[in-house]
Amino acid sequence: MLKLPIYLDNNATTPLDPRVLEAMMPYLTDVFGNAASRNHPFGWAAEEGVDYARTQISQLINCDPKEIIFTSGATEGDNLGIKGVFEMYSQRGNHIITATTEHKAVLDTCKHIEKLGGKVTYLPVNEQGLISLDELEAAMTPQTILVTIMYGNNETGTVQPIREIAAIAHKHGALFMTDGTQAAGKIPVDVQADGIDLMAFTAHKMYGPKGVGALYVRRKNPRVKVTAQMDGGGHERGMRSGTLNVPGIVGFGKACELARLEMAADAERLSKLRDKLEAELLTLEESYVNGSREHRLPHVTNISFKYVEGEGLMMGVKDLAVSSGSACTSASLEPSYVLKALGLSDDLAHSSLRFGLSRFTTDEQIDYAINHVKEAVTKLREMSPLWEMHKEGVDLSTIEWAEH
Amino acid sequence: MAYSDKVIDHYSNPRNVGTLDKSKKTVGTGLVGAPECGDVMRLQIEVDETTNTITDAKFKTFGCGSAIASSSLATEWLKGKTVDEALAIDNMEIVEELALPPVKIHCSVLAEDAIKMAINDYRVKNGLPALELEKSHH
Repeated sequence: MLKLPIYLDNNATTPLDPRVLEAMMPYLTDVFGNAASRNHPFGWAAEEGVDYARTQISQLINCDPKEIIFTSGATEGDNLGIKGVFEMYSQRGNHIITATTEHKAVLDTCKHIEKLGGKVTYLPVNEQGLISLDELEAAMTPQTILVTIMYGNNETGTVQPIREIAAIAHKHGALFMTDGTQAAGKIPVDVQADGIDLMAFTAHKMYGPKGVGALYVRRKNPRVKVTAQMDGGGHERGMRSGTLNVPGIVGFGKACELARLEMAADAERLSKLRDKLEAELLTLEESYVNGSREHRLPHVTNISFKYVEGEGLMMGVKDLAVSSGSACTSASLEPSYVLKALGLSDDLAHSSLRFGLSRFTTDEQIDYAINHVKEAVTKLREMSPLWEMHKEGVDLSTIEWAEH
Repeated sequence: MAYSDKVIDHYSNPRNVGTLDKSKKTVGTGLVGAPECGDVMRLQIEVDETTNTITDAKFKTFGCGSAIASSSLATEWLKGKTVDEALAIDNMEIVEELALPPVKIHCSVLAEDAIKMAINDYRVKNGLPALELEKSHH
């Protein structure tokens, strides 16, 4: 029997893999020591767990274990990377380049940098959600110290041309940082081959626990340093003070190991399931995929259903836990800024659904989701005056609406 | 956001979804809202000229569950009422019946506006002057 609702919001967070929980359990019970306690076995055991996790994590992204700085999550990683570079390299310049479709953890941090007197360029994206390499090149100045562009987008799954972006940043003497939150553990991320100098990522998007993440900080070619944003005991090579979240870190390590071993098989299976879901939903008239279908994470699709209102749609797909480009259900009435950056009109952005599949998503769940969404969209369109007008060939843009 | 049972009921089993022939003299149509605002409501009434009574009412709504429920409820209330009685329907009655939260009061206002617009459409079609409607406060 299928359990409802079905969780398809895995870009928000993923369930904990039972194997990860198993790895964490001893560190939540007997092995409770502080990893910084150097003078007794409790501390040593905790430190051993952390060191092992550091190795597991470094193997996922092909770096040295010493280059992993543990944080509370990707938001902290983004903050530490951007603010830390801005402070550390203030002698060299004060210009940062990012994109309009970044996560708020990056955008709001950049806004903060502007308040501190820094200059930030927000690159636009095309209808595929991709930045233009020519525009990036043109935006580079001698004062540019950092280019930060996310690896895979959280709303659309669009994957940016990371290697090319890194090459342009380096050619102009800037560092390259990426928010790897959605990509790490889902597609191969290789900081050496990709030319990444800093990368924020987190455990809970890859079947690990919440509250733990990391900032990768390159130590060689070039040696990168960030100014600590949290002062204290000088943990994590002085870049991030605070007692380490040992059970979280151990779980993060295990999650990375599982991702490394199972990523290829997961991605192959999930991309097939995603493609099936997408193909079936696109059989509905006037439905559109948002973002690039070519350069995309394997487990994500974002689809707009024209002439259906977003909040009504969310109510209609109550058996699914998905996310909408409509912010109606939250405090603001503004539709997704990411979808708007792709050039979507407000109404199309409002009527979008984001599906994020996971390692635990089954064929049966996707079959159910397909029928459920089709039924909801069809029913709402039968109820929609806009759909009726569209079917009658009325051009909605010519109507004088009784505005409220 | 949690919807009230009545909103869920009207959303799941909407009453009187459909279209009346707007070319008929006895049919009045009200279309309110705008797509970019996320709500468009179309409400239609059919009036028996001899009794001045609403014999049928239909709606189609593009909007959230509360907007759908407000218009569905409105059609239920309209049927059997005289035009004058229909004019007296106040949006706050809809708010109370559906237990709409403050952020959804505009849905009930839309429904009230749609009723009045449909009545005016009917009046104008039948050679009566359009009623001067007090602009709802939203």
